[in-house]
Parts: sequence; structure tokens; C-alpha cells
Amino acid sequence: MEKTMSPAEKREARFRTWSAAEGVQFESPEAKASYNAAVARFRDVVLMEKKPDRVPVLALGTFMQPQLYGVTPYEAMYDTEKMLAAQLSYLRDYKPDYFTTPALIGCGKVFDALDYKQYRLPGHGISKTSVYQYVEGEYMLADEYPALIQDPTDFWLRALMPRAYGAVDPLKMIDPFTDMWEVVNVSTQMIPFGIPPVQSALKALLDAGNEAMAWIQKIDAFELQAKGIGVPGCFGGATKAPFDILSDTLRGTRAMMLDMYRQPDMVLKAVERITPLAISQGVRAATRAGCPVVFMPLHKGADGFMSDGQFKELYWPSLKAVILGLAAEGCVPFCFCEGSYNTRLEYLKELPRASCMWIFDRTDMAKVKEAIGDKICIGGNVPSGLLLTGTPEQVKAYCRKVIDIAGKGGGYFMCTGTSMDEGKAETIHAMIDATKEYGVYR
Amino acid sequence: MAGELIKLLSDLKEQEAMEFVDKALEKGVDPMSLLEETKEAMRIVGERFSSCEYFIPDLIFSGEILKEIVQKLEPHLKKGREAEKLGKVIIGTVAGDIHDIGKDLVVFMLDVNGFQVFDLGIDVPVQKFVDTIKETGSPVVGMSGFLTLAFENMKATVEAIKAAGLRDKVKIMVGGGQIDEEVRAFTGADAFGKDALDAVKLAKAWIGG
Repeated sequence: MEKTMSPAEKREARFRTWSAAEGVQFESPEAKASYNAAVARFRDVVLMEKKPDRVPVLALGTFMQPQLYGVTPYEAMYDTEKMLAAQLSYLRDYKPDYFTTPALIGCGKVFDALDYKQYRLPGHGISKTSVYQYVEGEYMLADEYPALIQDPTDFWLRALMPRAYGAVDPLKMIDPFTDMWEVVNVSTQMIPFGIPPVQSALKALLDAGNEAMAWIQKIDAFELQAKGIGVPGCFGGATKAPFDILSDTLRGTRAMMLDMYRQPDMVLKAVERITPLAISQGVRAATRAGCPVVFMPLHKGADGFMSDGQFKELYWPSLKAVILGLAAEGCVPFCFCEGSYNTRLEYLKELPRASCMWIFDRTDMAKVKEAIGDKICIGGNVPSGLLLTGTPEQVKAYCRKVIDIAGKGGGYFMCTGTSMDEGKAETIHAMIDATKEYGVYR
Repeated sequence: MAGELIKLLSDLKEQEAMEFVDKALEKGVDPMSLLEETKEAMRIVGERFSSCEYFIPDLIFSGEILKEIVQKLEPHLKKGREAEKLGKVIIGTVAGDIHDIGKDLVVFMLDVNGFQVFDLGIDVPVQKFVDTIKETGSPVVGMSGFLTLAFENMKATVEAIKAAGLRDKVKIMVGGGQIDEEVRAFTGADAFGKDALDAVKLAKAWIGG
């Protein structure tokens, strides 16, 4: 990306790269046209300069696509071929506008090699039919803010990783790499790497790396195939709100809530420290993938999870900085707003026109449309409960209603309110089909 | 000063509340009266939560302060008759789901509101709910779940309670991130609650208090 380009030019260049689909062999001219139309539809719905040809539709799923073909979460994590065959069938049978990368599921053997402790994985402490679930805990202690703020990478390497990944626990025995400046301390810096436990930790990283490489080659092959049949992937990468990184990954939900009262200054310093790292992660991934859209699942700022004052001081400024930072590099932040955001809509008004998109779960879409619908693409709101327990007719009626409320004039993106772990064939079809039938702008 | 602890705890003044309790105990204030004040404070916290003045972190923090106060009071309390409980409630996160933050908040709010809570924990097998109803005779069962996968196991639990001939003896509530009226109907539960205070309201409506 050239430095002299404006953010808008950078974004155009990223959309052009996405549309060009380098290396993809389309199975037919129709497939190529369908791919290009889906990317153009995405661009139009986000930029809001003109109405797209119709409302775009994404049934966002993590384990749903495999589950629809009888592939369990355990199989999805351990039998990559079986999982990918299901993903491809899903695209051919359901014809969604975009696919969500199967990389979201992760590779079971990588987690095994690392002895990952931060999640319970299918077949490991929960049944093979359950999806992975976060294990709440304090992976960073209350008095470790200064260490995190001083050097986040060092904290990750020597404190978080040993705690969250059992196989690399011995990494806590190495010294910070910033100790290693010149000739006098290079040799001493290497001493820990001669200790057998540290060597076994490095071996675990090599093993995990080998598994990851074998896995990603299969995923990449699938993605080329998916694009070849005319379906673009819709995320170039992912990042998070800095507060969520601190709460989800490091402190745990409960401890983080107490920190907001006991040491708010430290919380603020930490999220500010994490902010540029979160921007960089999203930009790098989008560039590597050749797709401008950066998935941002938002968690702990939802209605009820903190007060307005806490949101204003501790959550919003760094989230806004990440959104603006991504937009400045031509990326499109895909803010995936879990729970509800009815009390936060005033803050969203601060965001510049077409700087991002917001997908909602349980927020009142009429209020959203009124608050930001004239300048920011909004979407989502199809509830998981309806998709899993309702009839196709109910789902179609719901989708039509959402399009009526939120789709007027363009700028609406049909999406599930949560990343689905399971689905019902007839209701997922109904959601996609209803959008294609009813979401056309004439 | 009477009522001081009510204000400090309900306003979430952790430091001041701790210092106040230390001083009060030194001065020989009856620890039972301090304990009573914490109950009133928690009632106010619940009220503020209901009126959207307080949010989940406030509930969690109030619980933390309460725990610290009770730890200070405990050595000074005479072992006496347990306070009269409003009734029994069984709570658990259903099979396949290990999420506990919402479930723990419900347990906490029911407890401070005077219910005897049987907390079955997380990933609770269907049969465990049935057995606990038989053992305790609890008239209220609450099932928690964060994942959509919980829907099926909530339904299975309700059906197992029915099959055991206990359905007309218990009222069942469900709650969790993705639970709404559609899901409630699907599971066959009697009601769903959107937060911990809803659980208290439902329990009170069903078994009085």
C-alpha cells in the first residue's frame, strides 16, 4: 500500500485486489460474474454512495456449516478434509453471498501440541458434540498491569503463553529478548535455550507449526475452490476491541469487572497500550488475505455489561481508535456486536460516514437505523433462537421485516446475530432465499 | 452510626466499608446488626440494577465487597439458628455448556434475596436435575445456557422432569445470552428471564416471599 494514498484510495485498492481474485480459477464465466457481483455488493453496501443490486446475505457460522452435514465439532477440528467437504457442499447447496473462513474453527492437533488450556475443546473435558468454550480465569494477575504496559509482547511470551499453553510453560524461564543487545550478552542470553524443558517447549512450537502448516494448506485449497465457484470469503482478518483483549484474553470477565473499580487508571493505560497492536493485527491480516474486511467480535461493552460512564471512559475510546485506525489504512471494520447496544448508539454517531459496518444481535434495528443508518452500513439481527426453533415461514417473515425497517435506501447487510454453531437446513435456506427474493432494490 | 454500612455497601465504597466494619467491630457494635445492614444494602443494589442505575459489574463488585464484609464478621457471629429461607431453588448450567458467569449471578441474587439455592454447577447432566428435585423437593428449577446447543439440553431436561412425573411439582425458568420467548417455548419451560433480577422475581412469584 503506497504511503501517499488517501484512506479512500487505499480502500479502493483493497477492494480492487479482493475483486481481482488473483490465483483463482473460476469454474465458469457465471462463477466469475457472481464473485465480482458479491464483492461489488459488499463495496456498495459499505460505501453507501449508491444502492447495491440487493441486500447482501451472510449466515455467519463457526461450526454450523459442518453441523448441517452431520460433521461434529470434534470432527470439524480433527478431520479437516471431512470438515472442508461439508463447507463446500454448504456453498453449493445454500448459495450464500460469502463464505466465512473455516480457519475460525482452528486445528485440533495444533491445540493438542500446545496443550491449550484457555478453552475446553470438543472431546477434551466436554463432549465431542459440544463446541469449544472459553475457560474463565485470570491469565494475567491483578498486579501485572505494569508488566503488561511496559512490554506487551514480552508479557505474552513469558507470562500469558506459559499459563494458557501447558506445553510452553517453560518459556517463563527465558529472559526478555530486549536484554540481548551486543556481543557481551548474546552468549548468556542463549543459556535458557540449553535447558531441556525450554527445548521441549520449542519442540512443541515446532510440532504445532507443522500441524498448522498441513492444516492451512488444506484451508487455502478450499478457499481457492470456494472462490472458483463464485463465492468470495468475507473476512480478510480479525481483531478486537482493546478492552475485550484485556478482558477476554488476559484478566477474565469477573476480574476485569473488579478492575474497573479498583484500578481504572491501569485499565485505561493497558487498553491504550494494546490499541496500536490491535490496529496493526487487522491491517496486516487484511493485506495478507487480499480482502479489506476485518472481523471484530465485540463483547464486554454490550448493554448491561458496564455503565455508560465505564463505556465512555474505558471501552469506547480505544474501540473507536481501532476502527479509525483500520479505516485509515483502507480496511473495513466489521463490528460484530453481540448482545445488544441500545444504550450505546449515541457513541456510534461519532463514527465518520462509511468508516465501518455494524452487525447487531439483539439491538433495536429501528433505533439503529435512525441513529446511524444514513451514514453507516448496519446489519444482522436475525436471532439464533428463531433460526433453530422457528419455521421457514417465520424466518422469511422476520427477514422481510428487518429489510423493511433497516434496508430502506440501502446500507443493510442481512446476517445472523451470532456466529452460529448449528443450523436447521430449512430456516438457513429461508434466510438466504428471502433476502435474495425480497432484498432487491428496484 | 446506624445505616452507614447500608450506604457504603450499596454505593460500592469498598475501602470505606471495610474500614467502617473494622472500627464498628472494635467499638463492640453487634455483628448481627451489621449483617442485617448488608442485607438491606443488597436489596438496594438489586433495586438499582432493576432501574438500570447499576449493571452487571456493579452486581459482581457488590458481591465481592459483601464477601469481604462477611469474612470479617464471621468470627464474631454466634452460631445460631439459620435465618428462615423463602424457599428452595435449583440452578445449573445445562449439559454441554460450561458457562457460569450468568448462572453465578442468578445464584448470588437468589441467595441474597433469601432463597436456599442448590447450585448444581456447570455441564449438569439431565438426570442430575431430576435427582435433585427428588432429593430437595424444590418447587423451582432454573436452567442456564450460553450456547445455542443448550436449547436442546434444556428441552431434554424439561422432558426428563416430565417423564419422572415431576413436571406439575416444579416451575421451570431458563436464561442465558441467546434465550428469548421462542426458545422458552421450544424448551417447554414456564418462563425465561433476561437477568438475575428476573430470576428473583420469578422465584418470588412462584413460591412467594
